[in-house]
Amino acid sequence: MAQKTVIEAIREGMDEEMARDQSVFIMGEDVGQRGGVFLATDGLFKKYGADRVIDTPLAESTIVGLAIGAAANGMRPIAEIQFADFIAPAMNQIIEEAARICYRTNGDLNLPIVIRAPWGGGVHGALYHSQSIEALFAHVPGLKVVAPGTPADAKGLLKSAVRDPDPVLYLEHKRTYRLIKGEVPDGDRLVPIGKAEVKRQGKDLSLIAYGLMLHYCLEAAETLAAEGVEAEVLDLRTIKPLDVAAVIATTRKTGKVLVVHEDNPFAGVAAEVMAVIMEQAFDALDAPVMRLTGPDVPAMPFNHVLEAAFMPSPEKILAKARELAKY
Amino acid sequence: MAVVTMPQLGESITEGTIARWLKKVGDPVKKYESLVEVITDKVNAEVPAPVAGVLKEIRVQEGATVTVGTEICVIEESQLSPPSREPSISSPPSREGQGRVPPPTRNVGEEAHGRLSPAVRTLADEQGIGDEELARIQGTGVGGRISKRDLQDYIERRGTAPAQSPPSREGQGRVPAMESPPSGEGQGRVPAMESPPSREGQGRVLPQDEAVPLSAIRRSIATHMVKSKQTTPHAWTVAEVDMTNVVRFRRSVKESFKQREGVDLTYLPIVIKGVVEQLKENPRLNASWGEDKIVVHHDFNIGIAVSIDDGLVVPVIHQADKLSIAALAKATDDLARRARAQKLTLPDVQGGTFTVNNPGTFGNILSYAIINSPEAAILSMEAIVKRPVVLDGDAIAVRSMMNLCLSFDHRVMDGANAARFLQGLRRWLEGVSDQLPLY
Amino acid sequence: MATKTAEVEARGGQSRHRALGLSDERALAIYEVMRLARAVDERMWLINRQGRAPFVISCQGQEGAQVGSAMALKPGYDWVAPYYRDAGVVLALGMTARDQMLSFFAKREDPSSAGRQMPGHFGSQRLHILTGGSPVATQLLHAAGIALASRIRKEDAVTIAYFGEGASSEGDCHEAMNFAGIHKLGVIFVCENNGYAISVPQSKQMAIQNVADRAPGYGFPGVVVDGNDVLAVYQATRDAVSRARAGEGPTLIEAKTYRFTAHSSDDDDRRYRQAEEVAVWRQKDPILRYQRYLREAGALTDSVEAAITERVTAQVDDATEYAEQAPDPSADDLLPHVFAREVD
Repeated sequence: MAQKTVIEAIREGMDEEMARDQSVFIMGEDVGQRGGVFLATDGLFKKYGADRVIDTPLAESTIVGLAIGAAANGMRPIAEIQFADFIAPAMNQIIEEAARICYRTNGDLNLPIVIRAPWGGGVHGALYHSQSIEALFAHVPGLKVVAPGTPADAKGLLKSAVRDPDPVLYLEHKRTYRLIKGEVPDGDRLVPIGKAEVKRQGKDLSLIAYGLMLHYCLEAAETLAAEGVEAEVLDLRTIKPLDVAAVIATTRKTGKVLVVHEDNPFAGVAAEVMAVIMEQAFDALDAPVMRLTGPDVPAMPFNHVLEAAFMPSPEKILAKARELAKY
Repeated sequence: MAVVTMPQLGESITEGTIARWLKKVGDPVKKYESLVEVITDKVNAEVPAPVAGVLKEIRVQEGATVTVGTEICVIEESQLSPPSREPSISSPPSREGQGRVPPPTRNVGEEAHGRLSPAVRTLADEQGIGDEELARIQGTGVGGRISKRDLQDYIERRGTAPAQSPPSREGQGRVPAMESPPSGEGQGRVPAMESPPSREGQGRVLPQDEAVPLSAIRRSIATHMVKSKQTTPHAWTVAEVDMTNVVRFRRSVKESFKQREGVDLTYLPIVIKGVVEQLKENPRLNASWGEDKIVVHHDFNIGIAVSIDDGLVVPVIHQADKLSIAALAKATDDLARRARAQKLTLPDVQGGTFTVNNPGTFGNILSYAIINSPEAAILSMEAIVKRPVVLDGDAIAVRSMMNLCLSFDHRVMDGANAARFLQGLRRWLEGVSDQLPLY
Repeated sequence: MATKTAEVEARGGQSRHRALGLSDERALAIYEVMRLARAVDERMWLINRQGRAPFVISCQGQEGAQVGSAMALKPGYDWVAPYYRDAGVVLALGMTARDQMLSFFAKREDPSSAGRQMPGHFGSQRLHILTGGSPVATQLLHAAGIALASRIRKEDAVTIAYFGEGASSEGDCHEAMNFAGIHKLGVIFVCENNGYAISVPQSKQMAIQNVADRAPGYGFPGVVVDGNDVLAVYQATRDAVSRARAGEGPTLIEAKTYRFTAHSSDDDDRRYRQAEEVAVWRQKDPILRYQRYLREAGALTDSVEAAITERVTAQVDDATEYAEQAPDPSADDLLPHVFAREVD
């Protein structure tokens, strides 16, 4: 076991997978020589060479389109989109091609590709370096979407994503890159796609979150505990396929649920989680299911006052959770 | 005095290392002049001074790594420069309570009061806690609502004994080998509230009115009746029976019967005898609706409706087809007696396949009984009344007439079956002679 | 047959196909595939106009560009990323008339998509035919990706990306050529320029005469070829394949050709082009031209022609009947294969 940051864990995950399997390679902007703008691929160019760590032109559609073709011809590409905010030019390739190819060939061709992208705010990234994109892609059948929040989960999920036979959108919260340190088990440990994890046990209410918000919820839970409210914190880890069983289990346990995410509220992940709870655990609810999200504005602004107004925080989560506890 | 802190030199940067101080303590410093070289994961940079003055104190040495926001040095501002109004260029981003946008709140209190959440409902049902008991629990939730925690605490204090069952069990009996009907009733056990009564018909309570609390029996009857009416399409038909012969027969044997058997010979066992004969001829009347089939029962278990204190119970005579009229008389007497004394057992109220009702004893001549679900029909014997009737040959005579009213499940049978049964029963009753065997 | 050609050659005549390294058999095989592609297509129109199938999208008129180029590849080794009109390509590489008809009738046994996609959306991993969707030009990047994989594994397999001149306006076309040029990938871009993107003529699609003129802008050669001269297309492709296998990078081959039918069975081309124009191009029909050549070269005789006609007709008839009788997918076939591996 060793303490690692999220970015170290991701880098290690890629390194280990590339060492293990010749067909794994990385491509994206600035991933090679520079090692990535966040240093996610630092050292890999030197170790694996230009054939396996490829600096692409500034063209997101290229990055994903090439990945699709390479996967059709037996490779396992890890395609990096420099910021989730820039994934839009690749939408056609992702949702019309990558997501649908296994289905449209009736299983004749499956695409074991990983598309990595840093997401999320709290870094003064403003409108175009802070966005959340998970809901857009979780909506499309044929894509798996994961959003780890801890170093151990980041490494384990990256390995699972690389070995998965289907397209996986792997979302890395950029604020957690260096902020979050944690124990990462040695050896080849995989975290399964589609399984959430209870990061803190509790009986009075459930906080459901992922990414940076996971940590904010854990912080809020500590304060709540001092106030006599034991909050259970469920880390989704995978957005799609959603671990419905885990969501229902925590709902049945506490009867009070608060879903937290940075993303805008309309048709966000919380909406889906709440719908599933309503459908399958209505009889166990002791209060309406609640959510705390970013507001309905196009991403968080640059100015720190505005950014803070946008982002959920431990204090905002605490206030909402207290309201829920009192209900 | 200006304190300089470690700046955040890039997105996601959380710490920095002092590489080299470009000024030493005592050096003059111009505003924006480079003070120190800092190394971070992303960027190496020179940090400019925020004010002009003299470097007074270095707080972090070269080679040390500190988090963003840590104080690294102090500059004593010179007199000549105006007090710095610029905010420290390395002020850490503040997250706390900056212009929180609270979501619009409703007046949750008023809405929540009096409402029971699904979790509370479920738990209350499981524990057999009815509405009146719930109403007595003090709630600590919003607006005084009873939260799940409140209910759990209450249950703990009260002890987990399930709701007491009244000794008399209502006829919730189900036919043993039948597939469960949608009503999902228990095996004639304690009639715990299955579904809460509709809240719409709460009944206006005016100042002078008396609110009569519901007994368990009342509650159970209510549920059972509602369910029967809601699930079963009731149809109804009536036959007039000339009971004159039966009346005469009974009059002739009742004294000796009473002496011999110790019980009265009422009309009921005689009618039951006739009923069973006719059920054999018309088996569809002795059946139950089974969603995708009709289950015709093998046994003839006749329930008899017995009126008790503010209620009704339907004990069952099992295999009535095997009993003589005398035995039927003894059985009906015994069941009625035990019903009124609240001494019926569970088997007494289970397994009925057809019910006979005797409202005639009250004097009425027509009644529309509600079928005892999941049976397919219920027969009501009305009062025997002397009436002038027209006989064959158009003569008018005074006869003892009794209506037989049959409510039936129109899914299981049609008017033709029902009529055949009733007419068969009528003929049988009208054909009773002095020779009718009692044993 | 061989005797005939030898006679011709003895008389000093040119045998183009021999000069290209094609035996008579091979030359006739090319012809037969073109005939088959045309025959299948014609039958599909008939069936569609009878109301027995909802949609046809044709290769008629472009068989020369399609078969000529595809025949320069090693089937099952090299790759193609065709577009929806490339029936000639896929038939040349191992798809059958039955496969085409099964797709046309959207039957469960359709190898491309089990009836999930419209006709013209060919795909077979076994035959190295990359599945195509409906968004235009996405396949060019895919082709570059396939070639990238070959490069990484140091294989000399070649990939052809097929597209129309309309697709060349899409960003993905530019991006694919750009990347392929940078890395000198073994991908050949074959543009079947038939002058129309549905109804939009070339003059509204680009400011230039030749799509191939863009190639130098990406660092590789562009070649314009008479798309209705099947041997010319074959030659140009063969040369491009050699370049690619030798690691010399991509080539853009622009085959000038013409679409005899409307864009699809849902289009009415009388709304945007003259019948006279179509008639002129019909005279340059690649099949008729090749037929003339083969007769002059002595490779195609009446009896050989008759045999080919019989085989082609038999295949088309068999394919039609087989496919029409074949079972439809059932409602249960809707849900599987969203993923290769579902998470429980």
